[in-house]
Amino acid sequence: MLPYGNGRSYGDSCLNDGGTLLHARSLDRFIRFDASTGLLECEAGVLFSEILDLVVPQGWFLPVTPGTKFVTVGGAIANDVHGKNHHRAGTFGRHVTELELLRSDGSRMVCSADLHPDWFAATVGGLGLTGLITRARVQLRKIAGPWMSCEVHRFEDLAGFFRLSEQSDRDYEYTVAWVDCVSKGKGLGRGLFTRANHAPAHPDARPPSPGRRPNVPLTPPFSLINPLSLRVFNTLYYHRQRKEVSRATTHYEPHFYPLDGIGSWNRIYGPHGFMQYQCVVPPREAQACTEALLDAIAASGEGSFLAVLKQFGDVRSPGLLSFPRPGTTLALDFPNRGHSTLSLLNRLDEIVAAAGGAVYPAKDARMSADSFKRYFPDWEFFSHYIDPGFSSSFWRRVTE
Amino acid sequence: MQKVVIIGATSAIAEATARRYAARGAHLFLIARNSERLNDIAQDLRVRGAAQVGHAVLDVADLTAHARVVDDLWGQLGHVDVALIAHGTLPDQSACEASVEVALHEFTVNGTSTIALLTALAARFEPQGSGTIAVISSVAGDRGRQSNYLYGAAKAAVSTFASGLRQRLFKVGVNVLTVKPGFVDTPMTRNFKKGALWAKPDAIAKGIVRATDRGRSVVYLPWFWQPIMLIIKHVPEFVFKRIKL
Ligand SMILES: Cc1cc2nc3c(=O)[nH]c(=O)nc-3n(C[C@H](O)[C@H](O)[C@H](O)COP(=O)(O)OP(=O)(O)OC[C@H]3O[C@@H](n4cnc5c(N)ncnc54)[C@H](O)[C@@H]3O)c2cc1C
Ligand SMILES: NC(=O)c1ccc[n+]([C@@H]2O[C@H](COP(=O)([O-])OP(=O)(O)OC[C@H]3O[C@@H](n4cnc5c(N)ncnc54)[C@H](OP(=O)(O)O)[C@@H]3O)[C@@H](O)[C@H]2O)c1
Repeated sequence: MLPYGNGRSYGDSCLNDGGTLLHARSLDRFIRFDASTGLLECEAGVLFSEILDLVVPQGWFLPVTPGTKFVTVGGAIANDVHGKNHHRAGTFGRHVTELELLRSDGSRMVCSADLHPDWFAATVGGLGLTGLITRARVQLRKIAGPWMSCEVHRFEDLAGFFRLSEQSDRDYEYTVAWVDCVSKGKGLGRGLFTRANHAPAHPDARPPSPGRRPNVPLTPPFSLINPLSLRVFNTLYYHRQRKEVSRATTHYEPHFYPLDGIGSWNRIYGPHGFMQYQCVVPPREAQACTEALLDAIAASGEGSFLAVLKQFGDVRSPGLLSFPRPGTTLALDFPNRGHSTLSLLNRLDEIVAAAGGAVYPAKDARMSADSFKRYFPDWEFFSHYIDPGFSSSFWRRVTE
Repeated sequence: MQKVVIIGATSAIAEATARRYAARGAHLFLIARNSERLNDIAQDLRVRGAAQVGHAVLDVADLTAHARVVDDLWGQLGHVDVALIAHGTLPDQSACEASVEVALHEFTVNGTSTIALLTALAARFEPQGSGTIAVISSVAGDRGRQSNYLYGAAKAAVSTFASGLRQRLFKVGVNVLTVKPGFVDTPMTRNFKKGALWAKPDAIAKGIVRATDRGRSVVYLPWFWQPIMLIIKHVPEFVFKRIKL
């Protein structure tokens, strides 16, 4: 068996072909929330969206959030997720002060940095394999209100990205960049760099109207994301701001969760869907390596619509198999065109592996066992903590 | 601040309804038979904003215990704005056919106990002269079907009883709301294959809260069950007895 949260992982790490899935989403009760300290305790199936609805009006925010709020606490721990504040806050697991693990023999274990620390390290980022997380305590972050002060800077090449990151990571809590990965040559690695902080109280601003969110009602017979639409989109998006810098105060929703605004957005990729790919390369070779990755992508003509670049900080990840580590991370999604897409991803894997980087299991459906073992050298040590009743399609794929 | 009492409070539909009242800051009082789960739910509702959450244990099949529990309610709360009766079971129809004892017990849980509770609540609401008594019946009570007519008969008894009670209490300003859900994805229906007609508990909860706020008499939830049941009710018996439902 394998726990299943809200299925927001892009690959097979939340699947268990031929086995049983434990639908943890129904463990959805809050247990305690102290609005004076920001300590929240809840069951593992509670969604980030439900936490935000509860705590933002009381002046608190998630310490770390991925790019969708439709993930469960258990899923966020099991992938030790990261957000745009990685350079400050590290991964989500760092803010989990305690969790309870239920094993298939019926035993329960409370784990934290002090209690059974080895089990804690195995379970954070443990891909659901160490047992079912039933509940967790999370230390939230204080905010003045739901507003963000954001700045968007245009950069003309990769060097521009690294310059902006270096300048921004000290004074801005959230930093991330979009790159135009269709553009080649001189424009290779051009893009838009966003940096933001929680804004001070802002009494007259109005929250976005809750209204109906747009929805992609059905899957078109072919992918709407193709080389032509990608080129047009990337060029328009890059030029969407005339000025080099734009500033705005926005609500946290569009800032953190732009895709959540569109229901079933994944359908635009058509019946064959798409492949996500996220890697990290170590700081020493970051620029050269990122350039090589972007070169390979631009040359392949596969193109990605959402290409995201970010500098991870050096805050240590608490899990044995946590993905985040110091360096530069690049996340992409490619329309699945079969063989040509897969061979591009293999090519990217070679670059990442040669540099001593890693690929994110939560966003993978195809990495080879060899690659996995290189990216996560602790995998064998970790495997002693796997519950004998648990397995996943992902784990079988990368270890057997 | 609304004072809301829920009987069968560990039901999935009831819990979703309680969360909606908690988010409004209501004072809740929960009644069910499993005290550990009541504790967990009460904790959750406090975090979600309930002003206060009390709870008490009752096995509704123990009809003699009803009076004490209802008396305690008014003793503790003084006044109740909304009482929701939500408990129920989905009996195994063939077991009910094989054993009179099983059949009568299931009828007690789904029919008699609810009628007893409605009677006890009405005696308290009537002098109060305000508030809503909401009861979860079912579309299954609209017509007996071979696949679950014991359950259907118990729900029919509840719906008919509620209709009469509504007339009686209307005069004093108390509303009686009959809720008729269709297929809902809850522990009760865990063994069923779910299709397009299935609703989530929160969708039903939303409908219950809205119908209560608006003083409605009978609601089908989701709404499309009303036309469906209208048709099913009007199929002539000589045809109905020949079809499989
Ligand atoms: C639009 C989008 C943007 C994203 N952005 C980011 C990002 O910025 N950063 C990032 O890190 N990730 C990101 N992700 C990935 C996502 O955050 C992770 O895949 C997350 O783990 C999904 O959580 P889930 O609840 O859906 O879990 P699932 O995908 O259902 O499961 C994920 C893993 O958690 C395990 N699991 C689930 N519940 C439990 C439990 N109760 N106990 C034990 N194990 C459990 C499962 O077995 C599985 O291994 C993004 C995903 C999307 C769709
Ligand atoms: N689900 C559907 O498709 C559907 C459709 C139409 C109508 N309904 C009605 O909706 C109501 C709520 O059901 P649900 O769907 O939310 O199912 P549920 O989650 O299974 O809830 C049923 C609840 O009834 C309680 N109960 C059963 N026997 C009891 C007893 N003797 N004493 C006290 N409590 C008892 C159960 O308590 P325990 O937890 O202790 O067992 C449980 O909390 C029921 O009246 C049901 O008939 C449901």
